Amino acid sequence: MAVQPIIEAQNLRKEFGALRAVDGISFSVMPGEVFGFLGPNGAGKTTTMKMIECVSPRTAGNLSVFGSDVDTHPREIKRWLGVVPQETNLDPDFTCFENLLVFARYFGIAAADARIRAEELLSFVQLSEKRDVAIEKLSGGMKRRLILARALVNSPKLLILDEPTIGLDPQARHLMWEKLKALQAAGNTIVLTTHYLEEAERLCNRLVIMDRGKILVEGAPGDLVRRYAGEDVVEVDHTPQVVGCLQEMGARFEVFGDMIEVFSDHPKEVATQLLATCNPGRIFVRRGSLEDVFLSLTGRALRD
Amino acid sequence: MRDMIPCPTWSGWKVWKRNWDVFFKTYKVNFLPPFVEPLLYLLAIGYGLGMFVGEIEGIPYVLYIAPALLSISMMNSAFFECTYSSFVRMFYQKTFDAMISTPLSIEDVIAGELLWGATRSLIYTTAMLVVLIAFGAVSLPASLLVIPFSFLAGLLFSGIGMCFTAITPGIDTLNYPAFLFITPMFLFSGTFFPLSVLPEALQLFAITVLPLAQVVTVTRSLTLASLSPLFFYSLVWIAAFAAVFFFLSISLMKRRLVI
Repeated sequence: MAVQPIIEAQNLRKEFGALRAVDGISFSVMPGEVFGFLGPNGAGKTTTMKMIECVSPRTAGNLSVFGSDVDTHPREIKRWLGVVPQETNLDPDFTCFENLLVFARYFGIAAADARIRAEELLSFVQLSEKRDVAIEKLSGGMKRRLILARALVNSPKLLILDEPTIGLDPQARHLMWEKLKALQAAGNTIVLTTHYLEEAERLCNRLVIMDRGKILVEGAPGDLVRRYAGEDVVEVDHTPQVVGCLQEMGARFEVFGDMIEVFSDHPKEVATQLLATCNPGRIFVRRGSLEDVFLSLTGRALRD
Repeated sequence: MRDMIPCPTWSGWKVWKRNWDVFFKTYKVNFLPPFVEPLLYLLAIGYGLGMFVGEIEGIPYVLYIAPALLSISMMNSAFFECTYSSFVRMFYQKTFDAMISTPLSIEDVIAGELLWGATRSLIYTTAMLVVLIAFGAVSLPASLLVIPFSFLAGLLFSGIGMCFTAITPGIDTLNYPAFLFITPMFLFSGTFFPLSVLPEALQLFAITVLPLAQVVTVTRSLTLASLSPLFFYSLVWIAAFAAVFFFLSISLMKRRLVI
């Protein structure tokens, strides 16, 4: 029997007046997968998340979660969703522990079960010490972890994270990644949006890159890097001489300000040839990354 | 059609319970006003001003304004809960956003908020009634009916307040209904002087349009244990418009929040 996708979107569209925030995207997310949405600001990532979360109605197309339509079965779908929103919306009138209890009540979880679950989750996100502390006393990283704990209170079948590590310092970000890895290892299905390409490369099994409401590419991070950036990248100072050499060599390259990036599977040969023939200034070789894919597909112009 | 008629479910009680829990976490602050406020008004207006007024329509001035104080408390506690407080929860704290990411719908959330506003009216009115009973300013046992009535009146003012919350651009613009609607009503609803001293057109306006005038009529009938000819008219008016504003405010809120 074929495995049912957790999320299936076909030609999904969302318009705000004249603006097409999401412009006919199709994708499916399979059980146990970590699926990423990447894209510059305004690409339509958050709007897509809100439609999956059944809080923003679509304009056109199909969208089903757990096999049910988001328009007709929001309550049933939301019962099994865990949501980490972009904005911190913890309840400031309660402590950490109370936040989890009150949220469990929204899901109709019995008080006794909720207490056990809340203690477990505080320990999972390493906040047991902050159990009875008011929300305003928490650091940014702690708040994000508490939101993650809150999203897990109903033992969701699908976890949706919108920019889970936004604004966190490296320590806090690594701790968040560790927790997400643990959840992934336990077989959870996770959908996340992020600006941080390193985050996507580390966490996602599969991802899409979106821009202006459309999906540009879809695939595993490694495959995308190989396909769009090549295995390796040679970076060299931008001089007319170098450009001339590269054109003669027939290499694939892009100019970014005072640097040129050459995409190649044979970086050493490219570098040797450049050194031998055209007197480059600085030159170095590095592995291709998702950032190269991202920038070459979405361009370098600022978005907001 | 689905968008036209709001259909909140009983899950809204979880939202009500959230507000209840917060209220009793800080009960010391919350319970101060309903005890202190009537004392101040009773002393200053009831006894102070009452010295000069003497009686109105054959009723000692303190007894005349006691039901007005109760009615104003119903109005203020519910209206301000469902305007400023609800707006803070909706806009600044994003509490509603968090709630609708659970099985709760936006209809459930707003219904819970409205029922909480009504409950707050009941709590404040009851506390105030205790003070008024201690002063012998209301007659018993008829005045005890004010307690259930304060829930209904609270629901009316919650619904009206929530409509403003649904259409206000920001928290500052909530001052308009507070000053242009609530404050005049506070003064011109037969609260501190009878409507009969007003020009006839204004009287008619008050008894057909002003919610507080209806609430004062009902409450005064109860605390004086003497039925006004307008008692049933006012009671039906309140029930009908409480229902209208309940559903209207949910619709308006949906329009604001579901985008």
